[in-house]
Amino acid sequence: MAEPVFDLVYIWAGIIAFGIIMYVLMDGFDLGLGMLFPFAPDEEARDVMMNSIAPVWDGNETWLVLGGAGLLAAFPLVYAVFLPALYIGVFLLVAGLIFRGVAFEFRFKAKTSRYLWNWSFTIGSTVAAFAQGAVVGAYIEGFTVENMRYVGGAFDWLTPFTVLTGLGIVAGYALLGATWLIMKSEDYIQEWAYKITPWLLLAVLVVFAAISVWTPLINPLVAERWFGGVSFIWLLPVLAMLCAYRIFSSVKQKRNGTPFVATMGMFIFTYLGLLASKFPYVVPPDYTLWDASSANESQLFLLIGLLFVIPFVLGYTAWTYWVFRGKVKVGEGYH
Amino acid sequence: MELDPLLLSRIQFAFVVSFHAIFPVFTIGLASFIACLEGLHYKTGNKDWERLSKFWIQVFAVVFGMGVVSGIVMAFQFGTNWSNFSYAAANFLGPVLSYEVVTAFFLEAAFLGVLLFGRDKVPQGIHFFSACMVAIGTFISSFWILSANSWMHTPQGVEVRDGLYYVLSWSDAIFNPSLAPRFFHMGLASFLTGGFVVAGVSAWYLLRKRDVELHRKALSMTLWLLLFIAPAQVLVGDIHGLNTLEHQPMKVAAMEGNWETREGAPLILFALPDQENQTNRFEVGIPKLASFILTHDWDGEIPGLNEVAPDEQPPVAIVFWAFRIMVAIGMLMVLVVIIGLVLRRKQAYANTKWYLNTLRLMAVTPFIAVLAGWFVTEIGRAPWLIYEQLSHADGLTPSLTGGMALFTLIGYITVYAMIFSAGLYYLMRVLRTGVEQPNYGYDKSGKRPKRPLSIADADWEEDDAERSKWNTTAQDKSDDQGAR
Ligand code: HDD
Ligand code: HEM
Ligand code: HEM
Repeated sequence: MAEPVFDLVYIWAGIIAFGIIMYVLMDGFDLGLGMLFPFAPDEEARDVMMNSIAPVWDGNETWLVLGGAGLLAAFPLVYAVFLPALYIGVFLLVAGLIFRGVAFEFRFKAKTSRYLWNWSFTIGSTVAAFAQGAVVGAYIEGFTVENMRYVGGAFDWLTPFTVLTGLGIVAGYALLGATWLIMKSEDYIQEWAYKITPWLLLAVLVVFAAISVWTPLINPLVAERWFGGVSFIWLLPVLAMLCAYRIFSSVKQKRNGTPFVATMGMFIFTYLGLLASKFPYVVPPDYTLWDASSANESQLFLLIGLLFVIPFVLGYTAWTYWVFRGKVKVGEGYH
Repeated sequence: MELDPLLLSRIQFAFVVSFHAIFPVFTIGLASFIACLEGLHYKTGNKDWERLSKFWIQVFAVVFGMGVVSGIVMAFQFGTNWSNFSYAAANFLGPVLSYEVVTAFFLEAAFLGVLLFGRDKVPQGIHFFSACMVAIGTFISSFWILSANSWMHTPQGVEVRDGLYYVLSWSDAIFNPSLAPRFFHMGLASFLTGGFVVAGVSAWYLLRKRDVELHRKALSMTLWLLLFIAPAQVLVGDIHGLNTLEHQPMKVAAMEGNWETREGAPLILFALPDQENQTNRFEVGIPKLASFILTHDWDGEIPGLNEVAPDEQPPVAIVFWAFRIMVAIGMLMVLVVIIGLVLRRKQAYANTKWYLNTLRLMAVTPFIAVLAGWFVTEIGRAPWLIYEQLSHADGLTPSLTGGMALFTLIGYITVYAMIFSAGLYYLMRVLRTGVEQPNYGYDKSGKRPKRPLSIADADWEEDDAERSKWNTTAQDKSDDQGAR
């Protein structure tokens, strides 16, 4: 076998990390809207909410599928440990996404049974978001792995800590959803979104603060990384807090797009902080990116195809958002 | 009773993958049909082709949407229930399965949107081109997934080090020995599925006298196509069987219900295989025919199940009967299309009531044949996941308990039952709404959502006006039949 010319592991780690944050930001706001759904002022507002994400949501979801397959190809250990360890959670996630997705398609076509699809949309979104948050928590806590096999129990992933991270993501996605709605709606709907945003922000900050205190306590590696000496990674929480402040102030100033952008910023910096806490461990506590990666030639084989497709997908995604830019008006839409 | 995670995982996998498989075989065939209609419209400018295409694109959209939703489940099944297997084979399966997703992804990103929503926004030629690309894309996608699957049947181009597979030659591994027959057999199966569904639905409209000329055209087209591919499938199936005989003799032995290696084996028409006593009960067969089919020699030697220990034999009865169901349906299809040819004179196929009714019923048979075929293939491989290298038991997720597997099995069955009965119901609504619809037009604003289902325009609930229209049509129909 030829010696690797250069280390593809970094490239693949980059691709997967990028895929995950793309997924979180994009599917995040539409799951968020799903959770806000029952609280909307009226049915017309719900139409607007759905219409604002209708054109884009299933493109958003494709990143998740690509992430699953990409992990199997590039970091099989992650795939073969996370999925068994999160067995029940994965089922809930998938079931949630199915309900959410189908509700989308059928709600517009339904009249008397519409409320059923509304609920299927909300519950599906909430379950999916919570399951994703719990995955993050389980990742921070680490897995019981022996000899490259997960050997823990069915509910190891469900701990007070992962419930907290689950709630964190639920609140975070709801915040993304609310700020997205600010950008996409007008009149009383936008007013409503302005009104709930600071409260959601507050909830996010409380949960994130609790997580930040808790994590180093349960996790020596993380403690070492953050408190072992002066480090540039301290910048990340500072930037995240600046973004949080910006959300708050821009809502006060009734800005249009800024709250959403600032929320995305907050997510990105928090995410980078999480990566920095754990790097290079992908199957904590013991296995690094290199332990988890597949054979070099396998990574290379797939990379070729991916490098060809990803720019295309990004281009198309950008184009879709461009076509559907601007406000969604009451009564206008796709039904 | 102790819950067995292995058995439950197998049932679960069989359930979700069978469910998923129903949709792709249909979409693959239908995509080509639509491309063909678009091509005819492009060439002749005849609006009928466009109307037909618009109608079938709606059906396509719904089915495709359900294919995607059930496919997402599949992407996780390997990891949740078969993690040892996934981990061991990841160096090969990972990239190959990713290529399937990537192709589907690419397709969805680029051409599906144009096909579904771009009719009035792009030049006609580009629209036709997109239809072709979608059709080709479904084939590329199935190529990859079948390569992965075939490799599990006939692994090559790899070596095992420390329990992990490493690829030595990508071309050997991808183009493994059973890929070609499987790909062609599956490709034809997709065309048969698309063809018989289109024929069945057209026949149904013809029986109801709705848009007669239009649906007659569609029916005529598909009958011509089926006339060639139904016999072709029998041929390819035979070749596939010979390939299996070479690489997986025990599967063939199970298919034939042949317990002992022998010369001049009969072709068994009916039997109740009895695994416990390693024999058949109530066997009825044609002497020497199996030997002749498989070896082209009346006295050729056919391998029997006694060559391996009973615990290395596949479950014979299921394989045996699934195979017979598939072959019987294959033969039935040939018969039906030949009758269609006979009825060509004066377009009798389009107004012979019993024939149209037969076609209507035939629309479900390809799905049954496809599932039966997969059952032969996959159960016939037992107890192996990777043939003669890794067993089901060794591939299972070690941490999986029976309780967990039972929970998700029930869960998936429940979710699918709810979601897909909704989908099926909606599909029926699309069919009932039919080709002519008032709100048929495409949104000119360019702001329609780019989602598969949003193209389908039928309402969820039937309104009264429509119901009465429907009833009158049914009424007319029976009147007219009375008159005849
Ligand atoms: C012969 C065809 C065939 C077979 C045997 C399978 N599939 Fe499939 N699959 C397709 C043909 C297909 C398709 C036609 O390409 C689909 C249907 C709808 C679509 O978008 O692509 C698809 C969709 C699809 C998707 C959704 C992709 C998306 O988001 O667009 C996933 C993740 C899978 N499949 C995964 C699997 C797995 C893991 C399988 C095996 C166990 C499998 N499929 C069997
Ligand atoms: C799409 C059509 C397919 C159908 C209908 C199908 C059907 C089945 C069935 C019925 C079983 C159960 C066998 C048993 O329990 O003894 C099975 C097993 C299996 N198949 Fe397939 N299969 C399909 C495609 C694939 C593909 C493309 C792959 C892999 C790339 C695959 C991988 C497996 C695996 C890993 C098992 C073992 C799990 C089990 O035994 O249930 N299958 N399949
Ligand atoms: C009468 C003719 C037919 C014969 C002789 C035949 C033969 C076979 C054989 C031997 C296999 C198993 C191959 C293996 O596992 O190694 C198979 C599988 C299969 N058959 Fe058929 N078949 C026939 C008709 C059909 C029809 C009409 C359909 C569907 C419309 C169909 C769909 C399938 C599918 C989907 C599989 C599983 C995938 C594969 O392994 O190719 N077959 N067939």
